[in-house]
Amino acid sequence: MEKANGVREIAVPGEILGKKGKVFSGSGTYEDGDNIVSKFLGVVTRSENYIYVTPLSGVYTPKVNDFVIGIVNQVEKFGWIVDINSPWEGFLAISEAIDEFIDIKKVVLNRYFDVDDVIYAQVVSTRRGDIQLSMKEPGCRKLTGGVLVNITPSKVPRLIGKQGSMVNMIKEKTKTVIRVGQNGIVWINGENIDKAIMAIKLIDQKSHIYGLTDEVSKLLS
Amino acid sequence: MAIIKGIELIKNGKRLDGRKPMELREMEMKVGVVPNANGSAMVRFGKTTAIAAVYGPRLALPKHLQSANKAIVQCRYNMAPFSVDERVRPGSSRREVEISKVVRLALEPVLFLENYPKTTIDIYIEIIEADGSTRVTSINAASLALADAGVPMKDLVVAVSGGKINGKLIIDLNGIEDNNSEADIPMAFIPGKKEITLLQMDGELKHEEIKEIMNNIFKAGEEIYKMQVKVLKDKYRVIV
Repeated sequence: MEKANGVREIAVPGEILGKKGKVFSGSGTYEDGDNIVSKFLGVVTRSENYIYVTPLSGVYTPKVNDFVIGIVNQVEKFGWIVDINSPWEGFLAISEAIDEFIDIKKVVLNRYFDVDDVIYAQVVSTRRGDIQLSMKEPGCRKLTGGVLVNITPSKVPRLIGKQGSMVNMIKEKTKTVIRVGQNGIVWINGENIDKAIMAIKLIDQKSHIYGLTDEVSKLLS
Repeated sequence: MAIIKGIELIKNGKRLDGRKPMELREMEMKVGVVPNANGSAMVRFGKTTAIAAVYGPRLALPKHLQSANKAIVQCRYNMAPFSVDERVRPGSSRREVEISKVVRLALEPVLFLENYPKTTIDIYIEIIEADGSTRVTSINAASLALADAGVPMKDLVVAVSGGKINGKLIIDLNGIEDNNSEADIPMAFIPGKKEITLLQMDGELKHEEIKEIMNNIFKAGEEIYKMQVKVLKDKYRVIV
């Protein structure tokens, strides 16, 4: 399978990828009778039990437990409306964001998060386009300073790599702090930001090519 | 008899532009031609060129357009004023409204709309050069643009037009043939299962002739489908 600098197997919508039975249809595919068929223009991954298709483009669809980077859009009476780079806006309630007691009669919420603040939060519910966010998990906070870079949301797993191998390599070699949101927004702060952005853009462009890790390490060294 | 200014439209088994009755025009397809759109495509059949751009899924506004359990599809077919010999008045005409609707209906069956509640998928089709069969060219372009935009789809959609001139059945009509044919049928279908999503007819045909034209279209569609697949895969086949 592994070919140096080769291109991964690419499927188009409606392409039959295999027969049902030994393997099951994974994400990005659907079952049509006995066949497993691709839903997207994307990269095919064949594991022992499943066939997946990872789309090469498309908008971010929020999933429960995803960590996302959002920009506060509006300060409401009981929380914040957050732009999370998806077709729907996320809502962050006060109780999900702040531990202390707040008397909403006296306090205006923009002293915690104001419009245009960047936050790192977790998706807790996605019922029918009603996205609820939470900041109770450790690591969720307001991100100050740094720059934001957008990549294709479906390519985020490639940027992170196996157990964070790819993003850790970029962090080490450029001496930066990087937060990756599953929604395709990347926050970078630290010393060598320009180089880190170059590496991230390279991954975005060439996610479907074998030997990407080597190419990124070559760029960074 | 279909004769204009003393020229026969079909002579010795060859058409005006030198094609055989069952021959498609020269095709050209490109994806990713509009950088600001989520997905886009250009399709050219002879002298008919369509550019399709897909935006979304994005939040449907105004709010009364939203559907609580699925995405809606909004489609606009527009002919550029310079696309034909005599200038087209800008703005939607009766014909353009109709084609916008049939293109939308031809594409909706292949989309997984229930994945994106409250959103809209916007398809904008510009005809920059028109020489017959614009609606099928639009459908081919829009289907490529949707795939390029990463919208989940059951399959691509392929569309071809067929017709009859001087009693001979032909395929992929150009402008002159379109205006002077005895009948023409634009048809769109899902290539995998051969399900028809658009079928219109203008003119008079016998029952068997319709069946034959439809079979011819299925056959010609395979060639177009192959090219669509090739063009989509080639976008990501760049080896550095």
